[in-house]
Amino acid sequence: MEVREKLAILADAAKYDASCASSGSKKTRADSLIGSTEGMGICHSYTPDGRCVSLLKILLTNYCIYDCQYCVNRVSSDTPRARFTVDEVVSLTMEFYKRNYIEGLFLSSGIIQNSDYTMEQMILVAKRLRTDQRYGGYIHLKTIPNASQALIEEAGQWADRLSVNIELPTEGDLVRLAPEKKKPQIVSAMSGIREKIDETKQEEKAGFKPPRFAPAGQSTQMIVGATETPDIDVLKTASDLYSGQKLRRVYYSAYSPIPHADARLPGQSPPLIREHRLYQADWLMRFYGFDAEEIVTEHDCNLSLEIDPKLAWALANRHFFPVDVNRASYEELLRIPGIGVRNVKRILTLRKHRNLRSTDLRKLRVAWNRTKAFVLTADHHPGVRDLDRLNLKTKVATKDKQLLLFDAAGSALSGEV
Amino acid sequence: MERFVSIETYEQWRTEARRLLGAGIAPSDVHFSTLDEQPTLFADTESVSKTARANVTVPKSFLEIAQTVACHQSPVRWELLYRTLWRLTHNEPALLQMVTDDDVHELHQMKKAVTRDVHKMKAFVRFRRVASALEETYVAWHRPDHRIVSLAAPFFARRFKAMNWSIFTPIESVVWDQQTLRYGAGVPASEVSDEDSLESLWKTYYASIFNPARVKVAMMKREMPVRHWQTLPEASIIQDLLDDAPQRVADMIERNEGFADTATKFLPPQPDLDSLASAVNCCEACDLHQFATQAVFGEGPRDAKIVLVGEQPGDREDIAGKPFVGPAGELLDRAFAELEIGRDEVYITNVVKHFKFTQRGKRRLHKKPNSREIYACRPWLEAELAAIQPHTLVCLGATPAQALIGRDFRITASRGVVQATEWCQRTIATWHPAAILRMPDAARKEQMFQEFVGDLAKANAQ
Repeated sequence: MEVREKLAILADAAKYDASCASSGSKKTRADSLIGSTEGMGICHSYTPDGRCVSLLKILLTNYCIYDCQYCVNRVSSDTPRARFTVDEVVSLTMEFYKRNYIEGLFLSSGIIQNSDYTMEQMILVAKRLRTDQRYGGYIHLKTIPNASQALIEEAGQWADRLSVNIELPTEGDLVRLAPEKKKPQIVSAMSGIREKIDETKQEEKAGFKPPRFAPAGQSTQMIVGATETPDIDVLKTASDLYSGQKLRRVYYSAYSPIPHADARLPGQSPPLIREHRLYQADWLMRFYGFDAEEIVTEHDCNLSLEIDPKLAWALANRHFFPVDVNRASYEELLRIPGIGVRNVKRILTLRKHRNLRSTDLRKLRVAWNRTKAFVLTADHHPGVRDLDRLNLKTKVATKDKQLLLFDAAGSALSGEV
Repeated sequence: MERFVSIETYEQWRTEARRLLGAGIAPSDVHFSTLDEQPTLFADTESVSKTARANVTVPKSFLEIAQTVACHQSPVRWELLYRTLWRLTHNEPALLQMVTDDDVHELHQMKKAVTRDVHKMKAFVRFRRVASALEETYVAWHRPDHRIVSLAAPFFARRFKAMNWSIFTPIESVVWDQQTLRYGAGVPASEVSDEDSLESLWKTYYASIFNPARVKVAMMKREMPVRHWQTLPEASIIQDLLDDAPQRVADMIERNEGFADTATKFLPPQPDLDSLASAVNCCEACDLHQFATQAVFGEGPRDAKIVLVGEQPGDREDIAGKPFVGPAGELLDRAFAELEIGRDEVYITNVVKHFKFTQRGKRRLHKKPNSREIYACRPWLEAELAAIQPHTLVCLGATPAQALIGRDFRITASRGVVQATEWCQRTIATWHPAAILRMPDAARKEQMFQEFVGDLAKANAQ
């Protein structure tokens, strides 16, 4: 089979991996000739699905001995199969990289023979890139479930980022759809990586120069919408992973109508708005000091699809408002709908010099329509009565709602959200 | 009196600004011009005394902003910078923090535009390989919005250290020879038009990584503005991808295999062996029930110490409705006889409960069940194991071993090894009797039989 055909099959098979980040490795590896990592990743292109193309995202092979029901590569699917040689992946990565098409390599794989054999093949790709080609660009390796700890440690030497897929939000979901993957094994693989990362950091702090180990940390991916598990459980799992495993990112992948998907899985088009809301909520947990449990305010334990989770929280916690932008603390300012982290910092700087007025906030381009009911400024005092109005939700969310309706009409034609 | 100053670069602006500041000339009295504009008739740079240079201190952040904003194409950039400098040095030292001030706001907007343009240049430059007999070089043509080549070039030098490359833009260019960066004049796009054969491989990747089930064109255009598409090889197939997307999604849904419940919904409410055995004949979790004579459930005492699990019933079992009554069963009985195990002491069952075969004339040839069928049938086996809770679990052949011990189990590598699984603390796998029967080499056949007997003895121990 020609490389072109393999590329078509093995890139197609990799497109359900949501991770695209190429950031986090602050220094380029010493002695590299081609390639650099300088902290911030670059998106080199965008496909019409609105997602960025940053890494050459491929599988080493899509043959797989496992039978995970949500996965297009599972053994019982009759999808076309291919397998790259190690040299082919090395050469594709270098040729694409030298033309500035990509920021690096994201390599995953179906499991052939057994977990360790597959992991060894992936490590070989990374090792050849680093040693033979003296490649200094980004490498993300997806570790293979049940691969030995020794192999994971070797992978971390060559890769910038490692990831272990948590796959589904709860253990019950795993039992149902991926009975061969066990939550304890997944968690222990993550812990192994975390411990090694911690160890490396401690040695660096103590003044040693330990060999590199996954300097861009670890991430994971979870498929949402394949089971009925509500958002609150999705977010709790994510929150545990952020605090317990110190993950850099949790990716949410809305279940796509993949070819040959099983009737056990809901077959509609992917719930993109839900995925979007989950990312917003994830952001609130990581940068705004929200807890998983307070973000979800709906009775069915899901995030509202109509309004963003921060606004939903504000509407459910009106006693917290209005917040005086000229006096409130950093944490309080972060809770105001329509104001982001950067603007909160700007507000703190500005107000040292003078009292802020509504025009200042507008110039900072806060989402004034959402914000105005919840803030006090030097010249703006929304009555408490405003906050108590039952129709406040429609007032602050009007624009969003119209947009949604408009989108719905458009998306009927294009599938776009 | 109004003064006219012509400025091209940041360094010139800095020199002039110092002179003007030293001479105490207010921003409203200066008119800055650039070559891009009409040359002014009364350009007069001499009127400011060269000696009167101001020694002023401004925040470092201002110099950083100024260097970036200097690359902006806007004709008002020089006077905006000078006005800000003037205000910074005339009683407004904290001016830069006042981000809502009109001048500061505009400066930040311009800085943001330049920074974004640099970022997009790092992203969208596409090199083409040009190889001659002597050397290979990589050439790109890119159209930035601002004069940013000198801001972006060091990045490319770090990243593509060991390559010879050139980047051309309409008004500037830069060449890297693995030692130094050399800047030059602009080059029209027509002069850099070589094809690179690798571009079609790149387009293959781009088309394959696109998920037609989610289309977000506005998002793509926001991040990858259409004005850059001209120099992006992959952009030429965007329209085709969009045109094909609805059809591709329809195909994806069309090819949906549909099926596949597990047997869970056919399980009886009471999970005892008798109820299970009578319920199994109603199972339609996979298609095998349509062709088989009947389901063949496990057989043996409910308190059996040992459970043996085979693959699936064969031709004879299918007709008799009992497991292991054909040739494989006879071989199993021979092994039991050697070990003095009574057949009625053990519980014998299969992973798949219906016979799978292909018809060859009058014969029905055994066919290996696929993973979908194994998956569908699994709840029956799980219910049997839960009801019996055996002391030892014996997998006969690879199919039950892979279903119960692990997907990557190899009978040749781990036969006869006792290990704990979630089904049973003592789980062991050995040959399937049929595999021994099929072995053509007589000596090997005898050896396999002895191994089989040895493994069963191990299972029977304790």
